[in-house]
Amino acid sequence: MTTIPAPRTRNAGPGRRTTRGNWELYGWVFMRASGVVLLVLIFGHLFVNLVAGEGISAIDFGFVAGKWASPFWQIWDLLMLWLAMIHGTNGVRTIINDYAERDGTRLVLKLALYASFVVVVVLGTLVIFTFDPCPANSPADLLPSFCTA
Amino acid sequence: MPTAPAEPRDDAAPTAKRIPGGTLYRGREGMWSWVAHRITGVLIFFFLLVHVLDTSLVRVSPEAYNAVIGTYKNPVMGLGEAGLVAAIVFHAFNGIRIMLVDFWSKGAKYHRVMLWVVLGLFVVTMAGFLPRHLMHVFGGE
Repeated sequence: MTTIPAPRTRNAGPGRRTTRGNWELYGWVFMRASGVVLLVLIFGHLFVNLVAGEGISAIDFGFVAGKWASPFWQIWDLLMLWLAMIHGTNGVRTIINDYAERDGTRLVLKLALYASFVVVVVLGTLVIFTFDPCPANSPADLLPSFCTA
Repeated sequence: MPTAPAEPRDDAAPTAKRIPGGTLYRGREGMWSWVAHRITGVLIFFFLLVHVLDTSLVRVSPEAYNAVIGTYKNPVMGLGEAGLVAAIVFHAFNGIRIMLVDFWSKGAKYHRVMLWVVLGLFVVTMAGFLPRHLMHVFGGE
């Protein structure tokens, strides 16, 4: 008489089909952990940029320069950039895996996805940290007020 | 076909007139919230790509950034932003619901009620946001 192993026994039966460890589990946990943090970061971002003050009509170079003069908003935006890009890329990866049935299609779509990830994250990170709030030869009325002080 | 995670069937007896809806991801609220979560997620992701690129123009020149952000103040874009915020608010609240389904012992039991709570909070949040945003977009200087 054969014995049936208890459900969820690790490596039961012929063994797991992949050797990629718990990668998908970590992704599943990350989506939830980053989701909670992103809720706070993005709701804060939307409130400060779209609700407070004059909202969207007040956003210009001076507004952005004023925010990034503070390390608080630099870190806020950096965290938002990285967490949102990893969360979003992993979500779209899941969707590609679900809907693209041909191996070649999946490969091409995922290469494009990962390339966009690298470009956007590297570009965004560089912009946050190499940003000059008072570029030379720019009209003073476009710059934040602290440039002339 | 797209694979919604299947719930194990708890009623073993095969009946001819099985009514779908007793599970989390087959038909009804569970499936449609899952569909809406995917659609809003993809929408937000593509906006994020564009948004990082437009913000990066601050590194080019104040004029370049102001020119692009100026297009965001146009009424058509203003309505698009309202749609984007709606997508984010739904995705955020439904994400909390997903976590409660996963981690709260009674989450799966109350997943349907929680979707209506999500939609209620969505309506309240948008009722707070929309008038203010539309005022900024259409209210002139």
